[in-house]
Amino acid sequence: MKSKKPNRVQSIVAHIVLILLSFMCLFFFYILIVNSTRSHADLQKGFSALPGKYFLQNLKNVANDGTFPMFRGILNSLIVSGCTAAICTYFSSLTAYGIYAYDFKMKKAAFTFIMAILVMPTQVTAMGFLRLITKMGMYDSLLPLIIPSIASPAVFYFMYSYLQSSLPLSLVEAARIDGCGEFRTFNQIVLPIMKPAIAVQAIFTFVGSWNNYFVPALVIQSKDKMTVPILIATLRGADYMNFDSAKIYMMITVAIVPIIIVYLLLSKYIIAGITLGGVKE
Amino acid sequence: MKKKLLVMLLAAAVTTGTMAGSVYAGDEGKVINIYSWNNEFRERVEAVYSEVEKTSDDGTVTTLKDGTEIHWIINPNQDGVYQQKLDEALLRQADVSDDEKVDIFLSETDYVNKYTDADAGVAMPLTDLGIDPETDLADQYSFTKTTASDQDGVQRGSTWQCCPGLLVYRRDIAMDVFGTDDPEAVGEKVKDWDTIKATAEELKAKGYYTFSSYADTFRLYGNSIEESWVAPGETTLKVDQKIMDWVKDSKEWLDAGYFDKTVKGQWNDDWNKSMGSASKVFGFLLPAWGIDFVLSKNWDGDEGAWAVTNPPQEYNWGGSYVHACEGTDNPEHVKDIILALTADKENLLKISREKSDFTNTLSGMQEAASDDENFSSAFLGGQNPFKYFAPVAENIKIAPLSAYDQGCVELIQNTFGDYLQDKVDFDTAKANFETAIIERYPDITEIQWAE
Amino acid sequence: MTKKRKSISYAKWGYIFILPFFLCYFIFSLIPLADTIRYSFFEYYRSGIKEIGPNFIGMENYASLLQSDMLKYGINTLILWVIGFIPQIVVALLLAVWFTDIRLKIHGKQFFKVVIYLPNLIMASAFAMLFFTMFSTNGPINSILMGAGIIKERIDFMGTAFGTRSLVGFMNFLMWFGNTTIMLMAAIMGISVDIFEASELDGCNSLKRFYYIILPLIRPILAYTLITAIIGGLQMFDVPQILTNGQGNPNRTSMTLIMFLNNHLKSKNYGMAGALSVYLFIVSGILCFFVYRMTNDNDPDGSKAAAKRKAKEERRRRR
Repeated sequence: MKSKKPNRVQSIVAHIVLILLSFMCLFFFYILIVNSTRSHADLQKGFSALPGKYFLQNLKNVANDGTFPMFRGILNSLIVSGCTAAICTYFSSLTAYGIYAYDFKMKKAAFTFIMAILVMPTQVTAMGFLRLITKMGMYDSLLPLIIPSIASPAVFYFMYSYLQSSLPLSLVEAARIDGCGEFRTFNQIVLPIMKPAIAVQAIFTFVGSWNNYFVPALVIQSKDKMTVPILIATLRGADYMNFDSAKIYMMITVAIVPIIIVYLLLSKYIIAGITLGGVKE
Repeated sequence: MKKKLLVMLLAAAVTTGTMAGSVYAGDEGKVINIYSWNNEFRERVEAVYSEVEKTSDDGTVTTLKDGTEIHWIINPNQDGVYQQKLDEALLRQADVSDDEKVDIFLSETDYVNKYTDADAGVAMPLTDLGIDPETDLADQYSFTKTTASDQDGVQRGSTWQCCPGLLVYRRDIAMDVFGTDDPEAVGEKVKDWDTIKATAEELKAKGYYTFSSYADTFRLYGNSIEESWVAPGETTLKVDQKIMDWVKDSKEWLDAGYFDKTVKGQWNDDWNKSMGSASKVFGFLLPAWGIDFVLSKNWDGDEGAWAVTNPPQEYNWGGSYVHACEGTDNPEHVKDIILALTADKENLLKISREKSDFTNTLSGMQEAASDDENFSSAFLGGQNPFKYFAPVAENIKIAPLSAYDQGCVELIQNTFGDYLQDKVDFDTAKANFETAIIERYPDITEIQWAE
Repeated sequence: MTKKRKSISYAKWGYIFILPFFLCYFIFSLIPLADTIRYSFFEYYRSGIKEIGPNFIGMENYASLLQSDMLKYGINTLILWVIGFIPQIVVALLLAVWFTDIRLKIHGKQFFKVVIYLPNLIMASAFAMLFFTMFSTNGPINSILMGAGIIKERIDFMGTAFGTRSLVGFMNFLMWFGNTTIMLMAAIMGISVDIFEASELDGCNSLKRFYYIILPLIRPILAYTLITAIIGGLQMFDVPQILTNGQGNPNRTSMTLIMFLNNHLKSKNYGMAGALSVYLFIVSGILCFFVYRMTNDNDPDGSKAAAKRKAKEERRRRR
């Protein structure tokens, strides 16, 4: 409480900057929502900052189109993104912990290897990946969208960095002295400490998977397995007679709602991190 | 090596498959797989094919009266996903069970030649199905038949629509500048390139643009090239004189102020807006679908403000082709569907009435041209556009096609767009085109420019 | 149990813990990756529907890429990345520190935290579509600027290299600064509360706290941010692709390396795409190696540096 004055100046500056940034972020968000309330004909005519009256109509058009499985698509996306976020963060933490906490011969090699593959652009292997999963009989299934996320070098690296800065090995030693098994130590002591990191990466993985178009578009064929981005692409690819840009904006808007909910739920854990006492040495 | 072998095997399997197909006619598979990028074809099949029993709610399966199921395999065009999936399926065609084989697939004019190519051997010659183009398709416009034929003139596809384009113009601007909005009189003012250039000057004097952007006129030039972009069996790409004329004329028009400089190409917001009532653009070059689904949606004034007349040069823009796939296990059904959808005059007229397509029946369209009661358009102030479409369709001479058209058309407009807007000089634009084309088509070894 | 036996059994656990990762990687990534590298030595593409090759041609793909404009696209990518990344990291650091500073009262903190992440939720392609509309010559941004009397003539934003690049940079900034903020926030939250309490007792002000405690302690995560940002930058694709219609116009000044790669993938040119991937792989490997070295030299968690600085500070104060 000593330095109250500079804090006030800082606080004002902080608020101004935040409001400015928020304005920019919300502005584009607002445009998106406004566009979803306007009819295709209105949209074609150009931009308007005022919302139209077609929100419900557009929603109905998207939701009630028998040939367009919106709810099914959202469900599929939820399954894929949820599972991906869960297994990706769990196994990345596990791998990071394995390399961080244990001494074994291949440790250095394993770490270097993961760091090396971190930089491989995903687009490159897509064709080979498609051939592979076709051979494995996983074409047109949700599994190949989920399982490969067990090996996510970037998430691993984040977890590893986080462990470096937040997990004292003495804590692991203490658990061992208490007679904790290795898996139990990980699940009951290490994981809670990593909650903020897991929450962060779960959000990012979820969003990344939710918005991924490239790989799902190659893998998925049947309508009842399509994810949201493929559905949006289907709308955009509609023929000129059925082309309806209002439906596209509506679908994009609808698709954002679930991720915002997930974000709000998970962001609590990021804040919860600060009250976590386990880190104290 | 393995892949090469596969292609050969495929070709072999294909020939035997076809033979088997004709032997076992009548004893066909229970599933017809149709590959397309949207529901356009399905809706037309439902509308006119008499064998249709019902379609499932999600639109993926159409059951025919004899119990055969049509499975619609729809992949979005976006990012080339449709062609990618289709190509994979075609390469697998020999290895999969009968019910998984592609039976019918669709293509668009811009890349139809990729699939009708005789060497590719994926689209079946219509004669193999038992369709004789000479007699069965006699009423089709001949340019659509040419479009769907391979380099040896064997027809390997058929279409229900054709897309002759017109000049559609604002009546109020015509009144203001020419003192008349009569289509015949306006048609006289735009009848060829020399005349329309003089007219453009008149329009400019009153503060109007003749067309919206340089991309609007491209189809007219692109459709009239003398030689195909790449001759069959060659790896030299020839940029036709007509294309260079487009560059030259567009530059001249743009600099003279006959186009709206702020509109860069088509299918963007600026283009849409130039079709609104606040715009100063006199006219657009559009086919039937363009008037009904692009222009009318962008127009925010009263009905009857527009009219159509003849374009300065006949052209075609768009069109989807239906192909029977080599190796199909349902040749009889496929033949039946192709005939019902693309060769039956009554069906085609029904499509014209219900879906506003300009359909592929010469005599039918001539009837429509004089049938003002059924075919006049409120948007065009009661004018019957078929009266103008029909003669254009009859006079279209389709340019010689190649499997490389889609990339060439797209890339030439893009790279020379920079030049037209004074972003790069002429030679840089040429160099950029060469770079882009070799990225897209690695087998092109040389690019020759017309002078 | 002797100590030795214990450590051997622990090593076993290390292997068990990392097994799923490696198993999965070998199946789903390494096999396709091996394919990619192998094909880089082949002539292998599609012409229409026909497959050409694969024919072994040695290093020819690599040689012809060197003769192409690859380097130019590399520089484009770098420029686009820098325009977006510098504001991104500066703003993100600032916000992360503000959000985690308990002494700094920010009203509606939760609201801001949600809002800054919103742009990241919209699909990149949808976001680029919106931008394209907003900044078109007859678009709303121009109308607003004209209405406010700031400009007299409509600006052709996407007509100049500078305009297009700035827009791409701006979009990348807007899409990713929230993401980075959250990541850095999580890192700062991971710092033991004790250290902050101690620093407060020592009378550390915000600036000192930032330089001497936060920065050194979140170094691993900062290195992570930098490395993933470099990788993300090298892989920049969606935004410039959609904003420029895949052309990198004008005059290919916004063509990135992955857009270049995509052009080869579009033509199914697996040979050339493979070779380009190997180049990308090498370049990003080298870059990341340097960054990793720079940020981690002999001080994996930054605690030593922090301690050293703190000690120095202490001494100075005592003097």
